[in-house]
Amino acid sequence: MDYGYGLIGIFILFGIVFVIFTIFFAGLLRPQRPNKTKLENYECGEAPMGGAWIQYNVGFYIYALIFVIFDVEVVFLFPWAVAFKQLGLFALIEMLIFIAILIAGLAYAWKKGALTWES
Amino acid sequence: MAPLANYLVLAAILFALGVWGVLRNRNALIIFMCIELMLNAVNLTFMGFSAYLNDYSGQVFVFLIMAVAAAEVAVGLAIIVSIFRHKENVNVDEINVMKW
Amino acid sequence: MNLLVFYILAILAAGSAIMVVTMKNIFHSALFLVLTFFSVAGIYVLLNAEFLAAVQVLIYVGAITILMIFAIMLTHQLFSRSLRQVNEQVIPASLITFIFFVLSVVALAKTAWPVSGGQLPEDRIFEIGKLLMSEYVIPFEVVSVVLLVALVGAIIIGRREKSGDTK
Repeated sequence: MDYGYGLIGIFILFGIVFVIFTIFFAGLLRPQRPNKTKLENYECGEAPMGGAWIQYNVGFYIYALIFVIFDVEVVFLFPWAVAFKQLGLFALIEMLIFIAILIAGLAYAWKKGALTWES
Repeated sequence: MAPLANYLVLAAILFALGVWGVLRNRNALIIFMCIELMLNAVNLTFMGFSAYLNDYSGQVFVFLIMAVAAAEVAVGLAIIVSIFRHKENVNVDEINVMKW
Repeated sequence: MNLLVFYILAILAAGSAIMVVTMKNIFHSALFLVLTFFSVAGIYVLLNAEFLAAVQVLIYVGAITILMIFAIMLTHQLFSRSLRQVNEQVIPASLITFIFFVLSVVALAKTAWPVSGGQLPEDRIFEIGKLLMSEYVIPFEVVSVVLLVALVGAIIIGRREKSGDTK
């Protein structure tokens, strides 16, 4: 195993232990006098309205969906970019076709109004 | 590296857990998560064989499977959300009509 | 050392997969799914596939699980309470799964898998890119069509409420 990845493992382990340690000892040291105001959900200092477990707008879902599709596209761009220098024109044309097909999808989403916000 | 059989057995465990979840749960969203679990198990076997046979084709396949999984999740969850809007729940044993 | 790391990651992956299946609160299931994906990414690193590990984190953890959590939040009443999530076939389902599991483990452990020695070429991302652009061009282009169809289909299904709520 690479020494480098062992280092990352130690780093992750240290991060986990540090968080647990800090929270545990903070819990031991701090005074505990809960009241109703303290136990409420935090909403930037405003008085909270309703619980935190509410139903969300469908609009968020459409955005997440478009994000997922183009996330995958970008992941496909990466190995292409690394191998591009050796592959030349053919790879460029392939990738242009790939992107053109997905841009058609983006145009469709745009035309359907999936990118405009309506509540 | 650990022996190949270790990776395959771990993949079998994950796959079996996915099958179990699909069969025993009635919430469509959990069934979806279990399908993702099974896809991951298959990816794991692909990766194991790719590393032990010194062939990158396995990794390319994993790559393609991930893309298909993303597409599947996008459409599947849209269907579930749409079903929820009509029926107010997503329990698969109550979704038994093809049209409403 | 390597084996130890593998076992830790394997136990983490399998344990959180069990939690995904058995958790009452569906939101917690989704969070354990993230943990499973992360440990599988760690196993990919052990298999010298850093790029695929990064892609796993990007696509599965960063995109798919986020979409799942969004879908859970859209279907509100399902995650706020602990509902009965199990259907009537729990016992036969568990039995069948167990038999399937035992059989597959026996099959996997008994088979003598061919293993070739030697090392993979070093430049891994480059190799993947080359394969994707030469041998697997057609699947590569088909993926773009699949993504396009998924995008269009999901938008059509997801935005149906706009054309008048037809219940």
